[in-house]
This record gives sequence, structure tokens and C-alpha cells, in this order.
Amino acid sequence: MSYLKISNLDVRLAGTPMRLLRDVSLTVKSGEVHGLVGESGAGKSMIGKAVLGILPRATEIVGGSIELDGVDLLALSPREHRYRLGQSCALIPQDPLTALNPSRRIAPQITDRLTNILGWEAKRARDRAIELLDEVHIPDPERVMRSYPHELSGGMRQRILIASAFAAEPKLIVADEPTTALDVTVQKQILKLIKEMQQRHDTALLFVTHDLGVVSKICQSLSVLYAGKVVESTDVRSFFDEPAHAYSRALLAATPKYTDPEASLMPVPEAVIAAVKAEVEAADKSWKHD
Amino acid sequence: MQLLRSFLFRLASTAITLIGVAVIVFFVIRIVPGDPISMMLPPGATDEDIARLTALYGLDKSIPQQFLIWAGGVLHGDFGMSITARRPVLELVLGRLPATLELSIMALVIAVILGGAAALIGTRERGTKIEAGIDVGNGMALSVPDFLWALVLILLFGVAWPVFHISGRITPSLDLPFATNFYLFESVLRLRFDLWADIVSHMFMPALALAIPLAAIIGQLLKQSLKETMHLDYVTLARTKGYGENRVIIREALPNAILPTLTLVGVQFTFLIGGTVIIERLFSYEGLGNMAIDAVINRDLPLIQGIVILFAVIFTAVNLVVDLTYALLNPRLRHA
Repeated sequence: MSYLKISNLDVRLAGTPMRLLRDVSLTVKSGEVHGLVGESGAGKSMIGKAVLGILPRATEIVGGSIELDGVDLLALSPREHRYRLGQSCALIPQDPLTALNPSRRIAPQITDRLTNILGWEAKRARDRAIELLDEVHIPDPERVMRSYPHELSGGMRQRILIASAFAAEPKLIVADEPTTALDVTVQKQILKLIKEMQQRHDTALLFVTHDLGVVSKICQSLSVLYAGKVVESTDVRSFFDEPAHAYSRALLAATPKYTDPEASLMPVPEAVIAAVKAEVEAADKSWKHD
Repeated sequence: MQLLRSFLFRLASTAITLIGVAVIVFFVIRIVPGDPISMMLPPGATDEDIARLTALYGLDKSIPQQFLIWAGGVLHGDFGMSITARRPVLELVLGRLPATLELSIMALVIAVILGGAAALIGTRERGTKIEAGIDVGNGMALSVPDFLWALVLILLFGVAWPVFHISGRITPSLDLPFATNFYLFESVLRLRFDLWADIVSHMFMPALALAIPLAAIIGQLLKQSLKETMHLDYVTLARTKGYGENRVIIREALPNAILPTLTLVGVQFTFLIGGTVIIERLFSYEGLGNMAIDAVINRDLPLIQGIVILFAVIFTAVNLVVDLTYALLNPRLRHA
């Protein structure tokens, strides 16, 4: 049963013919981790933002649908849209250093969704927050709850953001390159933590990354993007065993292998890029939208 | 410890500032032409009369000598006698201070309300015609000085559509039960809302005239920093929690965006107090500013000195309050 179903989603720069997402379709099943991979600017984060309703003001959705548990989000009123997302989805952001409000203590930043959107009592929300901080292996949660963000390290802050994302038991979490901004030594721990939390809470995860190594560790399925277009959407095993698209094959060849660190890396061949570009342009020609 | 040290340092620098102001004022008003004695005597006074009066006020001594005598008095809380009113300067100045403080604070409150509303609405409606309208309004409010706004207000709400009083602080025929000169404040404490309404009706236009340019500055700067803050990650994250635009602006963005505005409001508030001099004159409002102009016209040297020193004390106090508020609002500074 697919929990998130994106169909033919088109996003462009508002008022211009510049397409940012081209006819994107993908599904994420309940409790599944779905990777979104591609180069910088391919539109990976854009998809996550579209799902969470936080696309920049300069963009507009011109076609397609985003169904969450069978309900088309784009057909809802803005208020209902927000509310439904607040209850059933969450975001693990990329940069923990900028994602916590510097002038608020940690406690309300974890509990505010529980008290304001889910209508919990303050005491219950507080107990839940401490429980969550414990779950993400933060020592002395009571003290951390009283702290301000600048008093905590980057790794700690990312743990807090993960705890906060799982607070309302969402059915879907968008993780937007959650380890990219972290120290290499911390990256591994955080990745492990996300996987652990995802399995314990049985949450579907839309995992945006440019690291195929991470995909192989955490995802069950993935979509490969190029220039805002999904070139391949498949399960992880068949992707790594026999990628269907030439661009996917080239991307795999360009990824360093832990098993063979000496092997020379293949840049994506120009012919492959030309082919995938032609494919995108052909799709653009048939796309008629004013 | 760190806090105490910076506080003491602050106190010391304030003292030096005040001494500097005292020296400059004292010497400048004695060097510029015109003297109080000739203002006091009728035409045809003899040289003997002039000499006697000059000696009476100690003006026959050298300027440095005069300064030492005056400074010695100030250290004992004696700011001298006003030449025209023949009463202690301190008593006169402190008697007028409440009127000017009430006017300035009312102006500040109006400016914060108007400017804050403009910034919040402009941020909420960013990129729309409403924001453009607010920008135009801000530009107009800023490019016209406060005393011209005062004239516009007098013409509109004093003459064409007389809803407010244009002169004085309170209707003179009213019976005043006040023990202090903080009329506005005391009328509320005494629950005399009839008097309160009369005082507000006198103060509203001068306060608004002072407030309009400051409101524009607050509106412009706060909107700018709010709009920048709205792009930050923690604001985006708050949106995903299901919050609407209003809550996101007020709860997430405002506490952070307000800091640069706060510093500027502190600086601009001191300018606003300076602006009371002309505005009080225009509205015949019995405050320090009006007294300052009379003192300058009459060459009432001790009174001028007293008023200027008091203004300097107010300026430094305002800056101190701003710094403290800043530390209070910014948790990163509090622990530093």
C-alpha cells in the first residue's frame, strides 16, 4: 500500500517557462525508505519541499497531484493542507546549525507541534519530548530541554531535530540530506540513528541524498533524477544489480567503491549526458502548458 | 563578574560623557555673542547698573572661574538659579521633565505600534501591492520631517476637522488634583479618566508628529529583517509543523528579527527626544523643549546648562536601557 503517491508533478519558476520538476511520478510505501538521488540542482530537495508544502514563493505547481494516504494534498484548502501535513509528515533538515530557532529553548521546539497541532497537554508533551531525547541517545535530556541551540554541538542538534521529527509519530518523514552538513565521524552515527528510529516507529522515509553509498545502506527503493525528471524509479536491489537507464549506470560507475578504493572513478560520459538531456528536451516539447 | 565590570565601565564612560557635555555647553554659550544682563535691563540703564547686575550673577569673573564655581555647585546638586525665573534651575527643569518624558514615551509607543504593524503586514503580504503601498507610505513618512507633520496634523485635525487640542498640555480651566507632574500617568492612577482623555487629546498630535518618521524607520528596518529571517531554515521547519503564516512570523521570525531594529530604535529615540524641542514649541506644550527655547532666547545661561545636561543624562540612560534589553532578548549575549 503506497502511502505517498506523486503523479505527473510539474513545478516551474513562477511566471516563467522555466521547469524545475518535469512530470515527476513516484510512490513511497508505508514504512519504506525511498531514496532520491541526482546531481546538485536535479530537483531532489524540490520534491521533498513540494510534498511538505514549503516550496519557495518564487515557484508554482502547474500540474499533477501529491496524494498522501489517498488524499490529494493539492486539492485541499491551504489551512487543511498545513494541518494535515503537520499531523502526518515531518522534516529532518539538512543543516542542524540553522534549523533550530536561536532565540527559543529546545523544549518548546520539540513540543510545540504536540501541544499546538495535536492539542496535547503541556505535561504530556514534555514527558514525550524527554522520552524522545532518550531514544536518540542524548544524555541528560532534562538539561538539554532547557538549553538554547547555541549551547549544543552540531551532532546533538541533529539528534534533537530527529527526535522532533518523530515526536508526533508521523507516517512520512522527508530527510533532506540529513548528514551532508555534519562531520564525517558524526555522519555515520546519525545515519544509523535515522535508520534505527525509522524501523522502530515504522515510518516511511523520503531520503534525499547524493550519496549512493548511503542509499545502499538505508533505502529499499529509489528514484534517480536528472534536470527535474525521474529517469529511473526502482527498488534498490535491481538498481545496483542491473540499472535500467544509461545515466543510472554512469552514476554508479562514478561512485567510489569501499571494496575497491584503488579503482579509478569514471566521470559520467558526455554521450550519456547528451542522451539524457535530449530525453528531457523531447519531453519538454510534448509538454504543453501555458 | 564580567557583567559587573562592563557595568562599571559603562558608568565611568557615562560620567566622562556628561563632563564633556557640561564643558562644551558652558563655554560655547559664553563665547557666542549676546549676554543675559543686557536682556534684563531696560534701555537707558547706566554702566553702573550693568556692572552691579553682572557681579550679582558672577558673570564678571573669568569663564574658567565661573565654570569651577558652577561645577562645584553641580556636584552638590545645585545647578544655580535661573536668571529669568529667579528660581533654582533643578526645580524648574525637573518640573518640566515629566511633560517631555510622557510626550516622548507616548510618541515611542505610537511609533512602535504603527511601525510594527507596517512591518508585520508588509511581511505577511510580501511581494504584493499591499507591500508596495506600505513602502510608499514609509517613504513619504520618512522624507517629511516631524515639524512639517506637526503642521499637517494641526491643519487637518486642529483646523479643518477639529478633533484634538492644538495647544498646551491640559485644558487650563480644569481642576487638577495631581501631586506630581506626570499628568498622564497620575490621571490613570487616580482613575480620573475624564482628565486622562483631556490630556491625551492634547498630547496626541504632537506625539503623532514625533512618531511618524520613527514609525517609518521601524517599519522599514523590521520588515527588511523579517523578510530575511523568513528564508531561514528554522522558519521553514516551523512551517512543516503545520503553523500558519501569522504564527510563523510572530513566534519564529519576530524574536530574531527584532534585534537590529531594537538598536536602531534606541538611537532614533534620542533623536526623537531632541525633536521635542521644536514640536513642543509648535503645540505650546509645557515641556523641557519649550523651556529650552525660551532659555536660549533670554540667554538664561544656568537654565540652558541645566536643560542640556538633563538631555545628555536622558540620552545615555536610553542607550543603557537599549543595551540591557538587547542582552535580555538575545540568549547568545546573555551567557557571554
